[in-house]
Amino acid sequence: MKAVSVEHIIKTYPDKKQTITALNDISFEVSKGELFGIIGPDGAGKTSLFRILTTLLLPDSGKATVEGFDTEKDYKAIRKISGYMPGRFSLYQDLSVIENLQFFATIFNTSVEENYDLIKDIYSQIEPFKHRRAGKLSGGMKQKLALSCALIHRPTILFLDEPTTGVDAVSRKEFWEMLKRLKEQGITILVSTPYMDEAGMCDRVALMQSGSILTIDTPEKIVTSFKHTLWGVRANQMYRLLNDLKAMPEVSHAYPSGIYHHVILKNGTEKQLLQQYLEGKGHAELELIQSVPTIEDCFMNLMEHTDA
Amino acid sequence: MPEQVIISARNLTKRFGHFTAVDTISFDVMRGEIFGFLGANGAGKTTAMRMLCGLLIPTSGEASVAGFDVYKHNEDIKKNIGYMSQKFSLYEDLTVKENMELYGGIYGKDKKYIKEKTASILKELHLEQEGDKLVKSLPLGWKQKLAFSVAIFHEPEIVFLDEPTGGVDPVTRREFWNLIYEAADKGITVFVTTHYMDEAEYCSRVSIMVDGKIEAMDTPAELRKQYQSASMDDVFLKLARKATRSE
Repeated sequence: MKAVSVEHIIKTYPDKKQTITALNDISFEVSKGELFGIIGPDGAGKTSLFRILTTLLLPDSGKATVEGFDTEKDYKAIRKISGYMPGRFSLYQDLSVIENLQFFATIFNTSVEENYDLIKDIYSQIEPFKHRRAGKLSGGMKQKLALSCALIHRPTILFLDEPTTGVDAVSRKEFWEMLKRLKEQGITILVSTPYMDEAGMCDRVALMQSGSILTIDTPEKIVTSFKHTLWGVRANQMYRLLNDLKAMPEVSHAYPSGIYHHVILKNGTEKQLLQQYLEGKGHAELELIQSVPTIEDCFMNLMEHTDA
Repeated sequence: MPEQVIISARNLTKRFGHFTAVDTISFDVMRGEIFGFLGANGAGKTTAMRMLCGLLIPTSGEASVAGFDVYKHNEDIKKNIGYMSQKFSLYEDLTVKENMELYGGIYGKDKKYIKEKTASILKELHLEQEGDKLVKSLPLGWKQKLAFSVAIFHEPEIVFLDEPTGGVDPVTRREFWNLIYEAADKGITVFVTTHYMDEAEYCSRVSIMVDGKIEAMDTPAELRKQYQSASMDDVFLKLARKATRSE
């Protein structure tokens, strides 16, 4: 049995003028114990999908199960076994850290003591502030409390909706390390993120855009299935370099990507031609290398093929 | 063209009670620079930025922005800067044109200026057909690009961008940076915060705040060299891991 199975889910939101399709015939499966990433920008449909899987929203059509339970018929069973951390901080701001934790433990007929071992790693970092009201915590501390509350009833599956959005690069790395340790305890984790560089932390990822899944695979396979040769170019004037690259007829794509600009040449164009063209434009400190595609490169490439 | 200092801070400090949010920071930003202002959550970026925008009076130290003193002439600063953040940008229930009219009016621009500027922005962004549509009906990527154009509608000397690209897709994120490059090319100074470390590479210079202080400041290339790192991501991690406080 799969931990999560989603079959042809469609979800629309009627609006006065046009109907918004949040999820457009989505299907995928997640195995038990998997750390599964749903990666896409705002408006991809990530939150709608999570709300359906956590039984808070019904799809227009299609079917989903969590640990074999149907999201519509068996919603009570799903709520007992799943932990959910919504994108927006949803704990009680006027309750203290420990009161929030006790509250969620009580609702699930358990106690903080009973499951302390599961949350210890995360909760111990905010325990010194346990009498502080949740509303007065910093962003990083709120995040840790929300994760502790989502775990306190020892769920078998965790749904984390954009836990790292707006969080700095260091805290994001730490959060993913926490998730890896939870995974080792056998918990299935579904996590969404708009940061493409986080894909590498997942066992498998679904890349989503405008209600559709562009691809589902391991991050490694997504990268190796990138069809084009990708060139990395840099010089001392990066903006001028970018404009020159865009103006070259043989260039199919050119865009900034960190230290280098990434360039895809039209079929049959040799690297040599690009080198000569840029030298002809008088670029100093020119460097031209073959680059390894990132998940972002793949995402952009897939986006384009879906639009067409 | 001689380099001209447009933002200058000397020992700029802000204390809240016993907590020193910004601790004697000093730096200069030159006209036309894209200045990346990085730091972990809670490092003091927002407090520093609020002082530079004339929204918060410092506890001590000096700073001038576009030639105006942050203590005495903070109202003049507001007139000469633009501001955009991911959280607050445009009014969703107004049309694109109405938003521009509102912002133009707030900054004291006349009808003729507003009309011409509106037309030229819509043309540049290829949104001529969208002028009379409500902002809420537009895709996020368009909103972000429009918000940037509205932030520089009154042709300010400096534009402050607080995490402008959060949540947008990678193509839009790059289109957004193209607008930043264009603005800088026209001589508008860009002061930008971001959590995307690849964007740090696009800045002319970058400062990294740790626990209220500026720990490092240089061009991305120099910083990578200095910290023996392959990327700004790595530089940031090396520096920000030293932090002892969290927000």
